[in-house]
Amino acid sequence: MRFLRRLVGLFVAARTVRELARRPDEEPRIVEPGEPDPRAEAAVIVLLLLAAAAAVLFVVAYALEWSTQVLGGALGASLALVAAALLVVGARLVVTEELAEEYPRTGTPEEQDAVARIVRESGSRFTRKRLLGAAAATAGGALGAALVTPALSLGPALDTSQLNETPWRRGLRLVDRDGRPYTAQDIEDAFYTAFPEGADPKAIGSPIVLVRLDPGELRLPRGRERWAPDGIVAYSKICTHAGCAVALYRNPKFEPAQPDRALVCPCHYSTFDVATGGTVLFGPAGRPLPQLPLMVDAGGDMRAAGGFSGPVGPSWWGVRSS
Amino acid sequence: MRAVLAATLAALLGAPAAAHAGAPPIVRPVGESQLSPAQLGEQLYAGNCLRCHGIAGRGSTTGLSSGVAGPPLRGVGARAADFYLRTGYMPLDDAHDQPIRRRPQLDAKERAAVVGYIASLGDGPPVPRPEPGRGDVAEGRELFTDHCAGCHQVAAEGGILTGAKAPPLDRASPTEVAEAVRIGPYVMPAFSERDISDDELDSLIAYVQYAKHPEDAGGWGINHLGPFPEGMVTWFAAMVVLVGTCVAIGRRGVRR
Amino acid sequence: MRRDPLRDPIRFVDERTGAAPFARKALRYLFPDHWSFLLGEVALYAFVVLVATGIFLTLFFEPSLAKTVYDGSYEPLRGAEMSHAYRSAVELSFDVKAGLLFRQTHHWAADVFVAAIVAHLLRIFFTGAFRKPRELTYLIGLAMLFLGLLEGYLGYSMVDDLLSGMGLAIGYGVALSLPLIGGNLALLIWGGPYPGDPAFESRMYIGHVLLFPAILAALIGLHLALVAARHHTQFRDGRGQTGRRLVGVPAFPGQAPRSLGLLCAVASVLFLLGGLVQINPIWLWGPYETALGTNGAQPDWYLGWLIGGLRLVPGFDVVIGDRTVVPNPFWGGALFPLVVLAVLVAWSWIDRRITGSHGVHNVLDRPRDAPLRTAFGLGFLTWIFLVFFAGSSDRFFVFLGISYEAQIWFWRFGVWIIPAIVAVAAFRSCRALQQFERVEATREAAEEEARALSAPPEPERAQPRG
Repeated sequence: MRFLRRLVGLFVAARTVRELARRPDEEPRIVEPGEPDPRAEAAVIVLLLLAAAAAVLFVVAYALEWSTQVLGGALGASLALVAAALLVVGARLVVTEELAEEYPRTGTPEEQDAVARIVRESGSRFTRKRLLGAAAATAGGALGAALVTPALSLGPALDTSQLNETPWRRGLRLVDRDGRPYTAQDIEDAFYTAFPEGADPKAIGSPIVLVRLDPGELRLPRGRERWAPDGIVAYSKICTHAGCAVALYRNPKFEPAQPDRALVCPCHYSTFDVATGGTVLFGPAGRPLPQLPLMVDAGGDMRAAGGFSGPVGPSWWGVRSS
Repeated sequence: MRAVLAATLAALLGAPAAAHAGAPPIVRPVGESQLSPAQLGEQLYAGNCLRCHGIAGRGSTTGLSSGVAGPPLRGVGARAADFYLRTGYMPLDDAHDQPIRRRPQLDAKERAAVVGYIASLGDGPPVPRPEPGRGDVAEGRELFTDHCAGCHQVAAEGGILTGAKAPPLDRASPTEVAEAVRIGPYVMPAFSERDISDDELDSLIAYVQYAKHPEDAGGWGINHLGPFPEGMVTWFAAMVVLVGTCVAIGRRGVRR
Repeated sequence: MRRDPLRDPIRFVDERTGAAPFARKALRYLFPDHWSFLLGEVALYAFVVLVATGIFLTLFFEPSLAKTVYDGSYEPLRGAEMSHAYRSAVELSFDVKAGLLFRQTHHWAADVFVAAIVAHLLRIFFTGAFRKPRELTYLIGLAMLFLGLLEGYLGYSMVDDLLSGMGLAIGYGVALSLPLIGGNLALLIWGGPYPGDPAFESRMYIGHVLLFPAILAALIGLHLALVAARHHTQFRDGRGQTGRRLVGVPAFPGQAPRSLGLLCAVASVLFLLGGLVQINPIWLWGPYETALGTNGAQPDWYLGWLIGGLRLVPGFDVVIGDRTVVPNPFWGGALFPLVVLAVLVAWSWIDRRITGSHGVHNVLDRPRDAPLRTAFGLGFLTWIFLVFFAGSSDRFFVFLGISYEAQIWFWRFGVWIIPAIVAVAAFRSCRALQQFERVEATREAAEEEARALSAPPEPERAQPRG
């Protein structure tokens, strides 16, 4: 430490002598002078050298494929040490002058006038300014609209009826994510995600969730009496609130004392009653979960018996609320 | 106004205390060490389970309004009994409460006796013996995401639904996971061998085991919950340090 | 002429650009030195780190939703079907040296960027720095804040992991919920019904990597230029500051090492976090599919206010006959942020009305000096914060056992009642503090007068009193 300080002191002295020798006639200073602080300088030098070491450590760690933690720690440490050095410089080695000056003028009325006059006087040759203005506005508006029109190519924006479509049709088999058909016997006490056979599983209308209820528990809306063969009900798996997959199934084992059977969405906890046709029990969903009518074919496979009871997914303007 | 708020807050905060009112104390038979396992099982059942689960496990709903009720246990087998006892889910004070993991008050011998008794009430599945070592973590991850993540969170850190909590699985042993998957305790769905085969269950458990100490290549895992703890680090660590740095650099104090 | 290593390059540049007068002015530009003026710089430096780390990431990320099967080094994902986008991000994390460091630093920088802007905005708001002649600067700042929110959302959604995929579905739901135009708008942006055209990934990518950073950079430049053109505001702290007289530290040599030091400190914190604290472990979430969901999915913190809004609104779609007119997500997901933005944008005009001051303001208020603004601001902030807080009710169910439904019902009323209480309390506190200062000042003046009266008479002096 003392050796470093002496070194720094020598360096400073040598430079001062050189400066004095070079400029015997000193001009008035712009920046105020300040007292040297060799200890601070020494500290800065040490910090910078440590920062260099940390940076080298980073390169070594990179080359030797050490963990992300070492990489981040080394680089972060190096930057922190440089920061510390700079802050010492700021606190102790540069003069912190406290100066005062005038705020600039808020506005320059003379120049504002001149600008306005330039524009106004340039119109000396125009006789039908308003008509020309209207024409220009019309042209600008029309041209602007024309330039923006190709944005419609981004998507089928003009035909929102597409939002109503789903891949489900009467007769389509229900399959799991590996394409294997569901039979009625497959549906036991859990919840089952199914897709229409041959369709795109990623489409918002594709995923459905199946659960089995005791047929005596069902209280489906009128007209859906045949939608749940053997007590198996199917609903769209996409929440009618904002579009997340309804991935929770609340299935009580002791119904007298435990919460009712329901499908719950993990995003905002909309809760749907599976026994009453997907009605909303709690949460922000504004529409019941659309139900898909089911049938069991001769071979025991489950098939859709028609389309959904209502639009699938989040609501939009004009959509039929069901 | 302030009084109303205080009362509301107190009521809300008081609610959990009521909801998780602890397990009732165990009633043990006299001369326990002299009893055979069958007798011990029967007597422990009589003293601790019968009032809710009924004589010979036939179930009971007569005391439902005060929470003294329980489903029938005939045919649930050793599997269910073992699960509920080793996790401390049972005995439960009030049938309306969600069972929570507790240190079992019955010791291993007592538990075995009760399990034996309940298994004797009817034919039911035995305690499973999963082999997660034979499972595939990748297959397990996919199965877990499909069937479990909706409640238990994709990294098995637990979650909630309306009306129940889905506990984190960090303390669930492979046997407990195997049992829970088949039983579907409380409001959890029950997955049969047809839904998740025993081999698939091994993979699922392998994933749950992995999820207890997942590869945190990025450093401190902050509970693997995502943006919630990340936001806390942003404000309570990063911003504290950075604003602190600003305060250190700049001038403090403003007076007229 | 003797060679001067300092003057020669300066002369070289000045003779070819004429920049010396500007450089002289710039070097001696005065900064007020209160610490709260550095918050905007924290945001700026976070942006620098974002761009630097972001450039690295763009050289590895594949913005494609085309399917592939993973066969890389992370075992739990082996054999899983995923998009190229997700796969490239996982490989960047595990197989590219320093890849995970840059990914995490970039993500931490985004979180800190928005946090710093919010802190800076709070300082601007509660000290009245948005007033004439700085209204445009303020509006540009608001634009940058909201653009930053969008930019962050796109950034983490591009990766096509389960968590962000769920967030994108919600974004689709919110877009759909806009009255009249929602269906059209969502179809336009996504290129079709959800999940949309594969080109949607490219749209997110080019927006996040080129369009919005370019706009942000331009806005930052404009913002800084305006700040410098009108000069900083300042607090009055006894050094003679007035609306005409600016007191501060010159950029060079005083302020420069401090600012550079802050740049290094910000970069340091971000890289330390990037290496030591895991963020967005996408390999744990797994790839996104429409039919999948996980519990506990949240957006990044700066969108937490929106999830709170979406969770709090009771379950109703506004329906006329059997046609939906206002779907539910509109209130919490679209109207709520629009109202916040509108109030913030209009604030400089509203403020003029309620404080009655229309002139130029170069001196800042302390919060107590503008009780109405402080009261409204704290109330407004509390409102937003409580909605944000309500979005974490699931976690509080886990920690404290208070039922989720009970919390939601509490907050449905609480987010309106509590801010009103806070506003009234803040107003009263400001007035009380002002009163206290007035009383103190009167007391001090009285004491001084008493001292002067009881002191022996002084010889005649030519200085005026007071």
